[in-house]
Order: sequence, then structure tokens, then C-alpha cells
Amino acid sequence: MAAIMRMVNRGTFSPAMGQQYLAFSSTAKGGVRAGQALPEKVKIVEVGPRDGLQNEKTIVPTETKIHLIDMLSETGLPVIEATSFVSPKWVPQMADQVEVMKGICKKPEVSYPVLTPNLKGFQAAVKAGASEVAIFGAASELFSKKNINCSVDESLQRFDEVMKAAKEAGVPVRGYVSCVLGCPYEGKVAPEKVAHVAKRLYAMGCYEISLGDTIGVGTPGSMTLMLEAVSREVPVSALAVHCHDTYGQALANILTALQMGINVVDSSVAGLGGCPYAQGASGNVATEDVVYMLHGLGIQTGVDLSKLMNAGAFICRSLNRKTNSKVAQATCKL
Amino acid sequence: MNVYNLYVGGVRAGQALPEKVKIVEVGPRDGLQNEKTIVPTETKIHLIDMLSETGLPVIEATSFVSPKWVPQMADQVEVMKGICKKPEVSYPVLTPNLKGFQAAVKAGASEVAIFGAASELFSKKNINCSVDESLQRFDEVMKAAKEAGVPVRGYVSCVLGCPYEGKVAPEKVAHVAKRLYAMGCYEISLGDTIGVGTPGSMTLMLEAVSREVPVSALAVHCHDTYGQALANILTALQMGINVVDSSVAGLGGCPYAQGASGNVATEDVVYMLHGLGIQTGVDLSKLMNAGAFICRSLNRKTNSKVAQATCKL
Repeated sequence: MAAIMRMVNRGTFSPAMGQQYLAFSSTAKGGVRAGQALPEKVKIVEVGPRDGLQNEKTIVPTETKIHLIDMLSETGLPVIEATSFVSPKWVPQMADQVEVMKGICKKPEVSYPVLTPNLKGFQAAVKAGASEVAIFGAASELFSKKNINCSVDESLQRFDEVMKAAKEAGVPVRGYVSCVLGCPYEGKVAPEKVAHVAKRLYAMGCYEISLGDTIGVGTPGSMTLMLEAVSREVPVSALAVHCHDTYGQALANILTALQMGINVVDSSVAGLGGCPYAQGASGNVATEDVVYMLHGLGIQTGVDLSKLMNAGAFICRSLNRKTNSKVAQATCKL
Repeated sequence: MNVYNLYVGGVRAGQALPEKVKIVEVGPRDGLQNEKTIVPTETKIHLIDMLSETGLPVIEATSFVSPKWVPQMADQVEVMKGICKKPEVSYPVLTPNLKGFQAAVKAGASEVAIFGAASELFSKKNINCSVDESLQRFDEVMKAAKEAGVPVRGYVSCVLGCPYEGKVAPEKVAHVAKRLYAMGCYEISLGDTIGVGTPGSMTLMLEAVSREVPVSALAVHCHDTYGQALANILTALQMGINVVDSSVAGLGGCPYAQGASGNVATEDVVYMLHGLGIQTGVDLSKLMNAGAFICRSLNRKTNSKVAQATCKL
């Protein structure tokens, strides 16, 4: 793949040399990409079982969650966010967090991070077998106040003890920043504010910072400005994008991020998880649609799209809902 | 909602994007043509009149094909005569042959469109002749249009994939686009008919076509069947394209994938373009009103995510 890219960049690549492609989604021989150097590989962080299900109204039985994660484990996805160790009072969907962690069949080449909102959650997570956790901070003061009743800086301080415990236990921590391209309460969010929070999380010891367009209002324009600001503070290799498709902008935003050197993308199988701030509107971008685009660009993900679609079909049947993935909708009807 | 589109300085991932993009609204023709419900003439006229108030520079009004084939367009003459044409807006119509062209001009059309496929099998299955034969049939339309001083737009379908042939070679697309341009079409709209394209295939295809036709004469007509449309449009913009076809409310399903979506929604395209600081001249609220109107009339939900999100906040 690298050899092909060098030939493309030197203009000596000819279609005849191209790799064989089996389906429409793999027609980018040699990764020709509008003159931008795109990554050869992208790591997909599958957040369906946690972020996706957390925002679904229907409570999903534990066996169903476990089966979903096990199916996803077979697709080649390198990271599957399994559950969240928040209090069941706040997020009833995640009440079976311990059973899920203990029930899933963990593949050695797959990571199963879990959300840990505080030290208590962290301890419970480790006890249940978690070997990677995630914490979060908002780029908007108002969002932080409304969501967890404290300022952004206060919320990060609360995570200090989680970071300390994680360091002692040798558990890697991923950091999430929400509202990076807009806030349901504040409106515009300054790129510098996002950079500030991302920098704090990185300095605290998070190995990767996932930048979330929580209400999906971002466009390639605002994505570019935000990433420029953040990448001045945190190495691009430690950044990920978590785009919501509420305004249909997710894939265009992800493409923009890839063009700026990002090579980690969060997504949710079948586009699980609506937007809590816009009733009836969609939320997470569908993993199937992201994979389709990446493969079409000649970017490796390690993911088997058919197996992924099977997992999506399974969870949609269980939830008795239609998929939010356009690739799944199109493929099933042909 | 516009507060999120405040975007200064046109910073765009290091690529020179166009300052302005012309949006060709194909909802009333391509959109409605692919909707199952037959829409009353007054509704079509009202939709076009609402769209005429949004700032859209081009609105494809109807199609002069035989009503036998496309019953939805049977009221073509009434629509052309019934709409309130704004002087700054163009109202092209599809004309599949000379007879259609003559009827179109008689009904008041001052711009027409013809089409060719980039896939031989698609051409055969659709209109029962080869691609070259189909282009020859348009020779007489081009001749008549030239004499009448009527500009002609050319459509190429299946530019990124064909439901019958599968892969479509970029060189074939370039060949057909070049023919249409040489015949006198002022603009060539490249259509990803089944929406299978990605930024990867879009790039390869546009590179091939732009070697034969000036980029300023090219447009992209992306379908969102696989959710790739906006990413594909962004890619096209980065390659110098500044004309984009779209359909209000994402009207028009995909005839080749039952239940799947088709045209990309104009609202979603405009949202992205404005977010990039690109001028379109379009008032997004008025556009959404037009979309809401036609969806009510069709008794269906919008395919535009911007519309879905905005109406629920």
C-alpha cells in the first residue's frame, strides 16, 4: 500500500498496476485522494454498545448486548466500547455493566474500553475485568454545568483521582471532549477552548483524545478550524474524531479530519443512538457508512463490512428499529 | 441555527475551494419523477414557486418525456405555463428527443437538458440502444436548440458505478462527457446514479473527465444511497467543481434499491456549503419551508437531516 502511494504521489502509478477490488467500495486503486495525503490505515473505535445503546430508548437485555459485542468482535474492529460504569440511576441502560464485562468473549487483538465517570466507577470497572477506561470533559462551560453540575475545570479535577488510580494500575485512559463544534446551550464553541480541554486531558495522561461533535452541527469549515487549534496543543497522532450525523455532515467532517492527519474515527454500528438534544434526529454516524467510505478511499480498517452489517442487522432486529446506516439500507434492498 | 455556520476566512483544510457554488435544484423533476405518489399539478407549481423565492439560481421544472413512460411528468405543459418564472432563475427541462424539445419550447422552456449513460448495459436496458446511438439521437435536438438559441445541459449517468455492469471506467465517463460537450452542451452534470461512489472513485473519475472537459463546465449530481454524497461533493469542490445538483428534502428514491434513498438533500448541501463559507445565494429557512411543504403534500418524511434536526429542536 505504501509503495502504491509513493507511485501515485510521483505520478507513475497506472490503473493497470492497481490492486484488485471486489466491490464498489474498494475502487480507489492506490488511494488517489484529491491531492491530500490521507492515512493508509484508520483505527475505528466502535461505540455502538455504549454510546449507541445509551441513547436508545429501549432497554436492551444483557444477553443481547453481549451477543452484539461478540458479533462485533468478529468483524475485525480493533476497539469496541463495551459499557459504562456510571450509576444505573442516571443511565439505566448501563445497569448491567458488570454482567456485560464478564459475559463478553474478549478477543486478544481487540480492546474493550469502558466509561468511568469517577474513581468508584473506575474501581468497579477494573474489578469487572476492564483493562482500558475513558473519561470525558466538555468544551462548553454551560454544557458541563447542565450535564454534571460543575465547571469544566472542576470536572477535570474530579478525574485526577481516576488518572492516578489508572496510572498505578497500568490502565490506559482515553479522553473524550464533547461539544467541540457547537453546544446546545452556548451555541458557538471557541476552538481555543476545545484545545484547552484537549491539552488538559492529554497532560493528565490520556493516551488519545476523542473530539466529539455532540450535536452534529459541525461542517468541514468548523472542523478544520477546531482541528488546527487542537493540533497546536496535542499531537495529531493522539487525536480522534467522534462525529454525529444529526445534520448529515459526519462523513464530510470525517474526510476533512483525515485530510488533516487524523487516523482514529469513532462510529456506531447501524448508527445507533439518537441525539438527546434534537428529538427524533439521528446521532452517531454509522460504522458501516464510515467503513464504506474508508475502503473506497483505499484506506485499511481491518473491518469486514459484511460481518459488520450482520451485527447491525442483529441489533436493529433486537431493538425493533430500522438501521440508520445508508449502506445497510441500500445493500439489503438490492 | 445559523450561528453554527459563522465561519470566517474560508479556511478549508489547505484546499482552494470555490467562493461560490451554483446549486441546480432537481427536486421538481428528478425528485418527483422517482416518487411513487402522483403529485397534483397545482402542488408542483406551488413547490416550484416556493423554490423560486429561496435564491436558487436553477430549478429543473419538468420533463418532456412521453407520459406513457413517466406519468408523473404528464402535466409538463401545464407546469411550464403555470409557474411564476423569476428573471434571475433558470428553469431547464429534460428533453429526450426532438419532439420533446419542440413541445418544451412551445410551452415556454428556454433551457433544456439531454442525457447519456457511461455504461453500455445501462443505456441498453434504459432506452434500448448503445451509448453512441443515444448521443446520435440527440444530434437533432442539439441542432434545433442551436437554431433556437436554447442552451443545453448534458447529464451523464452511472459515472461511479452501474447497477448492471458494476464498475464503470473513468475513461468511459470522460468519453461521454467529451461527446456531450463537443455537441454543444454548456455544462455536463456527472451523475452517481446509484450512489455507490466514494471520495476515492470520485477523484479518479473527475481527474479523467477534467482532462477532456474544462472543470468550469462540470457539475456533480450525487446520490446519497450509501450516505456518501456530501463527502463526494466536498471532494468535487476540492477539485475545482462549483456546480452541484441536489433535490429539496432529498426527494426521489433509488429505483435500483427499493426503499433506499436517492438524491442528496439540498438543505444538507447548503448547510455544508455555508459552513465552509461558500456563497450559494440560497436562504436555508425558505428552502426548508419548501421542503416541508412538499413532504406534507407527499405525506412522507423528509430525507434531509438538516430538516429533521431543525424541526425537532
